[in-house]
Amino acid sequence: MSNKRCVAMLLAGGQGTRLGKLTTRLAKPAVPFGGKYRIIDFTLSNCSNSGIDTVGVLTQYQPYILNSYIGIGSSWDLDRKNGGVSVLPPYMGQKGGEWYRGTANAIYQNMYYIRQYDPEYVLVISGDHIYKMDYSEMLDYHEQRGADATIAVLEVPWHEASRFGIMNTDDEDRIVEFQEKPAEPKTNLASMGIYIFNWKALEKYLTEDEQNPDSSNDFGKDIIPAMIEDEKNVFAYSFSGYWKDVGTLQSLWEAHMDLLDDDPSLILNDPAWKIYSVNPNQPPQYIAPQAKVTRSLVNEGCVVYGDVYRSVLFYGVHVGLGSTIKNSIIMPNVKIGANVTIENAIVESGTVVEDGMSLGSADGSISLIADGEIVSVPK
Amino acid sequence: MKKVVGVINLVDEKNTLSELTNHRSFASVPFAGRYRLIDFSLSNMTNAGVNTVAVFTREKYRSLFDHLGSGREWDLDRHQGGLFFQPPADDERKSKGDIHSFYENISFFKRSLSHYVVVTNGQLVWNVDFDQVINEHEAQNADITVVYKPCDDPYTSGENYNVLYTNDDERVDRLNLGVQPLPGDNVYLNTFIMKSSLLISMVEESVVSGKFHSINETIAGSLDRYHVHASHFGGYVTFIDNIESYYRYSMEMLDPNVTQELFYNKGPIYTKVKHESPAKYLESSSVSNSLIANGCTISGTVENSILFRGIRVGKGAVIRNSIIMQKCEIGEGAVIENVILDKDVSVSQNEKVTSEDEPRVIAKSTVI
Repeated sequence: MSNKRCVAMLLAGGQGTRLGKLTTRLAKPAVPFGGKYRIIDFTLSNCSNSGIDTVGVLTQYQPYILNSYIGIGSSWDLDRKNGGVSVLPPYMGQKGGEWYRGTANAIYQNMYYIRQYDPEYVLVISGDHIYKMDYSEMLDYHEQRGADATIAVLEVPWHEASRFGIMNTDDEDRIVEFQEKPAEPKTNLASMGIYIFNWKALEKYLTEDEQNPDSSNDFGKDIIPAMIEDEKNVFAYSFSGYWKDVGTLQSLWEAHMDLLDDDPSLILNDPAWKIYSVNPNQPPQYIAPQAKVTRSLVNEGCVVYGDVYRSVLFYGVHVGLGSTIKNSIIMPNVKIGANVTIENAIVESGTVVEDGMSLGSADGSISLIADGEIVSVPK
Repeated sequence: MKKVVGVINLVDEKNTLSELTNHRSFASVPFAGRYRLIDFSLSNMTNAGVNTVAVFTREKYRSLFDHLGSGREWDLDRHQGGLFFQPPADDERKSKGDIHSFYENISFFKRSLSHYVVVTNGQLVWNVDFDQVINEHEAQNADITVVYKPCDDPYTSGENYNVLYTNDDERVDRLNLGVQPLPGDNVYLNTFIMKSSLLISMVEESVVSGKFHSINETIAGSLDRYHVHASHFGGYVTFIDNIESYYRYSMEMLDPNVTQELFYNKGPIYTKVKHESPAKYLESSSVSNSLIANGCTISGTVENSILFRGIRVGKGAVIRNSIIMQKCEIGEGAVIENVILDKDVSVSQNEKVTSEDEPRVIAKSTVI
């Protein structure tokens, strides 16, 4: 196998418990997003668009849908003879096997995968976030700085800073301190969970970390602090574009509403940075004479007879006559009968909403309609 | 399973769609918002398990070649079989009839080890089950089965059609080529099935005798030698051969019963994937009775129209009874009525592009 400059390791095992019933049968990265995508499409497309053609996807929780979705990676141009995408679940070895214990342990358990490419650098990313980023620019930055590790950071609002891993940097963007969810943050530079490591340095730290029985085997809690402690060259790489952790129903809903602005900060249709996904091969959407669709995203395969306002319709959604969908996300193949009202709701794939039903409420809370149940999440 | 190879025969295509076929083959004319005409026949093949398909072409095949690629979208990127794109071997052969294309590719049929050959063209919009046609062919003990549909179409014009006449046993006893069909005539859909071995011998004989120039002439001239069965296709199918019929059949795609039959009731129709985002409707959008493909951004009014992928419709613009192909830009306040805009047309602010009765075609990449 020829040498690669950079191999990406994509952490996609997340259970996503805060997404409630949406992740009963799905890993979080496989949750539908933006009318036709799944959350993981954003990171896979970033890899492809950044020229990274070797991606290990670490799966663990409910892997089937994610596995079959990724396939051989052809949707993201990651079907390559040398490299490409490889799904890496936990496995049994001669000395037994175990589940991934933490983000660092997941990479540790797959070091053989990285070694076969003998890369200069390893990019660690997670499949849970919505953003467009050129990793090759971060890689150039990492090289120019002569860094051992580079962490992408984002300025978050001060009042939210204590929810994140916060970086304290010196004048040269060198990270001198890393605080995991600090009560009193010293800066508002939050870690985006995107790391570039020199492979040789990472190999050493992962091996040492594995031998430490007190470690939680996590990048944010263990590996990065240890490298800073050792005064390694750890740099912060500032990112200023759109980035959203869609880990809760509220943030998932908000990220969808963000897409509906006149000029959204996340452009889905940039020919220079396409977001690739597996295509379901549906005919164009049909908007009936009686329908009214405004400020919405509608995917192919939809048939709309009712009113849709400020909503996102995934493929294969039918909206019956006299129905109104407002401020909502309707996931794939949902059938909505006639005279239905849906407001401030997320409706799970395949749900059938019978005629005359009224779902969600105008009180500002977000309702999840999944598995025949209606769960309300206050704002 | 019976082994079947398919041929999409584009050799005798006519370039009758004015600007739309100026620079592309008939089979690669865009249709129904995101497809090319060939997608229908090709998907029908795939859905029937035909995984070896040759596309015989004569000219203007650049866009077709681009569209088909490796055949991956139709599951035709195979080690065994797959898609064979067969342009003429040299310029001299371009001028000859399609019987020479079959002869030129005779080794394709000999090598394929297939039992049957199904041949169709690239301009029919339909969802046909070829498997069923083969079953019928076998049940009838036929040598050749040709597929037809009674003509119910007042828009057919010109002597571009082939009409067949049958006896009481649905056996073809006359096949008139190049005629104008009358209502009720059985129009042969240029689609047939026969054993590969029979096709090979018919083609070789025709070339040796020099009597026939096309495969249809060969069939028409063999009606007393072979049992030619007529299979009635009862589903939706288009007779597109001029701009008027192209426009009218396109507009039929706004009938949910038609799209239901074409796209949902039977096998799916595949096409080249473009990775466009979902269509975006802005605050001022007003869309009714229209088909909208992905990648569109709509701020204006769209009525009774078909918008292909990646079209931008500015504020206050009005599109009525029109077909707008990929990547057109419609400026603010522009009015488009009864018009077919080919790809990449750009209409400036407040411009009017309209037509009274006949649909007007605006050529690719025009700036208005």
